[in-house]
Amino acid sequence: MLTTLILVPLLGALAVALLPAAHSRVVALGVTAVTLVLGVVVAFMYDVDGGMQLTEQVSWIKAFGVHYALGVDGLGLLLVLLTVVLVPIVLVADWDAGDSSPKSFYGWVLALEALSLAVFLATDVFLFYVVFEATLIPAYFLVGGFGKVGRSAAATKFLLFQLGGGLVLLASVVGLYVVSSQEGTPSYLLSDLMALDIDQTAGRWLFLGFFIAFAIKAPLFPVHTWLADTTEKATPGTSVLLVCVLDKIGTFGMLRFCLGIFPEASQWATPAVVTIAVISIIYGALLAIGQDDLLRLIGLTSLSHFGFITLGIFVFSSQGGSGAVLYMVNHGIGTAALFLVAGYLIKRRGTSLISEMGGIEKAAPVLAGLLLVAGLATLGLPGLSPFVSEFLVLLAAFDYAWWVGAFAVTGIVLAAIYVLWMYQRIMTGPALVDADGVEPTRDGSLREILAVAPLMVALVFFGFFPKPLLEASNPYIADLMQHVGVTDADPTVAADTTLATEAGR
Amino acid sequence: MDYLKPTIEYAELSPLLIVLAVACLGVIVEAFLPRERRHVVQASLAGVGVLAALGATIAVGLTLDTVGDGAAQGLVGAEGSVVVDGPTVYLWGLILVFALGGVALFAERKLEAGVSAFAGQAAALPGTEAEREASTRGLAHTEVYPLLMFAVAGMLLFPASGDLLMMFVALEVLSLPLYLLCGLARRRRLLSQEAAMKYFLLGAFSSGFFLYGLALVYGYAGSMDFAVINEAVVNGADNEILLILGIALMSAGLFFKIGAVPFQAWTPDVYQGAPTAVTAFMSAGTKAAAFGAMLRLFYVAFGADRWNWQPMLWVVAILTMLVGAIVAIAQTDVKRMLAYSAIAHTGFLLTGVLGLQSAGELADGQITSLQAVLFYLTSYGVASLGAFALVTVVRDANGEASSFVRWTGLGKRSPLVAGLFAFFLLSMAGIPLTAGFIGKWAVFTAAMSAGAWPVVLVAIASSIIAIAFYVRFIRVMFFTDPAPGDVVGDVTTASPLTGLTIGVCAAATLFLGVVPGPVLDLVVHAGDFIR
Repeated sequence: MLTTLILVPLLGALAVALLPAAHSRVVALGVTAVTLVLGVVVAFMYDVDGGMQLTEQVSWIKAFGVHYALGVDGLGLLLVLLTVVLVPIVLVADWDAGDSSPKSFYGWVLALEALSLAVFLATDVFLFYVVFEATLIPAYFLVGGFGKVGRSAAATKFLLFQLGGGLVLLASVVGLYVVSSQEGTPSYLLSDLMALDIDQTAGRWLFLGFFIAFAIKAPLFPVHTWLADTTEKATPGTSVLLVCVLDKIGTFGMLRFCLGIFPEASQWATPAVVTIAVISIIYGALLAIGQDDLLRLIGLTSLSHFGFITLGIFVFSSQGGSGAVLYMVNHGIGTAALFLVAGYLIKRRGTSLISEMGGIEKAAPVLAGLLLVAGLATLGLPGLSPFVSEFLVLLAAFDYAWWVGAFAVTGIVLAAIYVLWMYQRIMTGPALVDADGVEPTRDGSLREILAVAPLMVALVFFGFFPKPLLEASNPYIADLMQHVGVTDADPTVAADTTLATEAGR
Repeated sequence: MDYLKPTIEYAELSPLLIVLAVACLGVIVEAFLPRERRHVVQASLAGVGVLAALGATIAVGLTLDTVGDGAAQGLVGAEGSVVVDGPTVYLWGLILVFALGGVALFAERKLEAGVSAFAGQAAALPGTEAEREASTRGLAHTEVYPLLMFAVAGMLLFPASGDLLMMFVALEVLSLPLYLLCGLARRRRLLSQEAAMKYFLLGAFSSGFFLYGLALVYGYAGSMDFAVINEAVVNGADNEILLILGIALMSAGLFFKIGAVPFQAWTPDVYQGAPTAVTAFMSAGTKAAAFGAMLRLFYVAFGADRWNWQPMLWVVAILTMLVGAIVAIAQTDVKRMLAYSAIAHTGFLLTGVLGLQSAGELADGQITSLQAVLFYLTSYGVASLGAFALVTVVRDANGEASSFVRWTGLGKRSPLVAGLFAFFLLSMAGIPLTAGFIGKWAVFTAAMSAGAWPVVLVAIASSIIAIAFYVRFIRVMFFTDPAPGDVVGDVTTASPLTGLTIGVCAAATLFLGVVPGPVLDLVVHAGDFIR
């Protein structure tokens, strides 16, 4: 089943490459729709308390102890669903992004979808590494081939950062093999590695390799510099795929591999990681406030958000963990909406500079509303889904140390500034008139509105009713915390006393 | 004194003998056949000869006897001079496959409109009437095929040699024809001759080093035979200084052949100046043969003394990787860039070589240093052969267009060629789902298992540097538009010979990257060296 999920978009990519360019878009939309259906089927087959399931395992490279092993757990399921939902939305919203070379655009998008799905489903570290690196190739060609002038430099910077991180990860992956061989037979299966008793020093070094790679991917301060350049030059659709899907691999990897394989080292590194996360939150927000380029601004807000996610992961509590997992999904939805609506605006104004927009509200009220909702979601307004996750993470942060919470909270205040100020500059005030005196801003077309409608619905729905997401993430986080060896005080007093009395008897 | 009649294992040595016989036959053909018929006869003779040798190699590989406790297989033949064991047979197969690609590229005549890529009359001075006449008459040297066969024979013998003398003979047999071949380019004669001269002079020096080291080792062990040297090393014979000096000098000779720092200076000039078909074959074949010989020498003869030579390899590997990767960034010529990339890859291969450990130190089923290096040679060889073969088809009015300017925007003019070239570069960069990644993984693992983590860290750092220039070139091909007024190269349609070579290399790179299992099994099955 999971193999089919990966194969459909992969074969779709091949089909796009082989069929005439005129059919590329139709084929791509069809393939992503089928993938979406398959993803939903997987969700229905999924049992929330079943741990890793729908597993497939075939020996792949026997000499290395490598398996082609797939499986889905709560975390994987949420990210798979996020991926299969976002890709068709991006294709519809960014309708003519690939017109200059439809075959390569739609081919690479489908390849990227397939490889991202494989990343979230892989339960063998070697397989994970292979697809983790392989996602960069489609991403590179999407950034380098489509977007604004200067994109090829941005694509190169992106690729260098990512491959650099990947090679650091390779050192750790190789190290894992050596450690695993010393314990008996070499194996890369996640289940075998999680059971491994890794020497403290070795574990910490290996953890470092994994963490650096994921920090570049996520990205976190100080290795975030590729992010803004890339989102600025790439098309908004590509940015959605990069920031909302691909970058999730970073935080996904922290949860699954850093905490899963190196629980001791993860706890050892917590103070440093929490510091980096808090710096990312504040620094990202400050940078975002100062941007005049809409796409750069949105890219940098993500730096702040990834800081929150990392913070949630590394404070080691089930609240923080659940908050982080939820945050990954909500950030995906919210930021995708923001990027796509920004793309609509940029297409109308012919520029991505905020200073050259203004007063669009009157001409395009629907777009203004969409931007407002997406923006408010980003700043964590109660009633929209990111609020729930941000709240959970902040609670956990305060539990960890009051000052961490206090610093992190400023991120919300700063978020209000960058979102509202952006909205004010773009939408309100006197309408800017173009040089030739024509006021070109049209309101959103039906296609554009329909494309982001699912995201808007999801933002509101999960804002009031986050239970489905929590049901998937909570058992996963509970298992993980147990594996890490953290037993946090249950937040409700009643449960706490029962536990205490039971222990007392 | 008794004289024993020497016995030769003809069946086991048949691949070697076939190639030598074809080489001699080629010389006879050259002498007796009229000029216009030589090309076809020579090319098909060489092709059939290599195929026959390949068949014989497979037959030998299937019938090797197991030796000792089953960790190795094969026999010591020709009175101890030639060792036909698992690694030998694997390398024979590899070198012969590269040779097949070499023959195909040598025989290409469509790119130069009816003549081969080799000079019409090598003895004619560049720019003289004689040269012009040779060119207008459509002459072409067909001696290149016998020369190629001799070089192949030397390459087959080099990793199979069982004593020092045979190793030296093999080194010379493989080198001399290559010196000549390098000087035979049809275009850019002066550059080609300069390359041949440099290669020859430096090569002669390095042979001298090798020979001197050989003499010192003989003085230490009292024998040329690897097995006897090994015993002397294990038992700790007197005058250890002789051994250490000998190892150092012999290493210098080998480092020259593989292009390791500080003996790498010839590589870019020779790779650039030589006819690209020769470069393609040489980059893949010489590396395989020389690393095979190096592995045998270090593992079989000097294995017990590894505490002395491993630190040296650490330093050389680190320097080689860094120099190759860093200097490659400054290149503006495709062939020179690939040459520096070849130097960097030598460093990666050395990373694998220095990971030598005895079987007892490794877990059951863990990949050994030998296996890692053999696999890397395969993956690098096919990528290098394919990449250089692609360089031959991108041309402008003056023949091959190897400067970066000529390649700008190639992705738009010929997506297939640019895509394949990018694919080979990605394999060299070690991106997953290509052969290069598995190779890199294997050598890093071997080094890491031996505790050489500092070398692995440097290898990672130089891989990152190397990616910078690979990616930059991909950017030149795909995302850069030629400046107005720049002359750009175009893809010339090649004959099926070149096309097939490129196709097979690309397919092998993909196959080894996605399902490396079968080849890895073969490498594991090859077992250890025998003494």
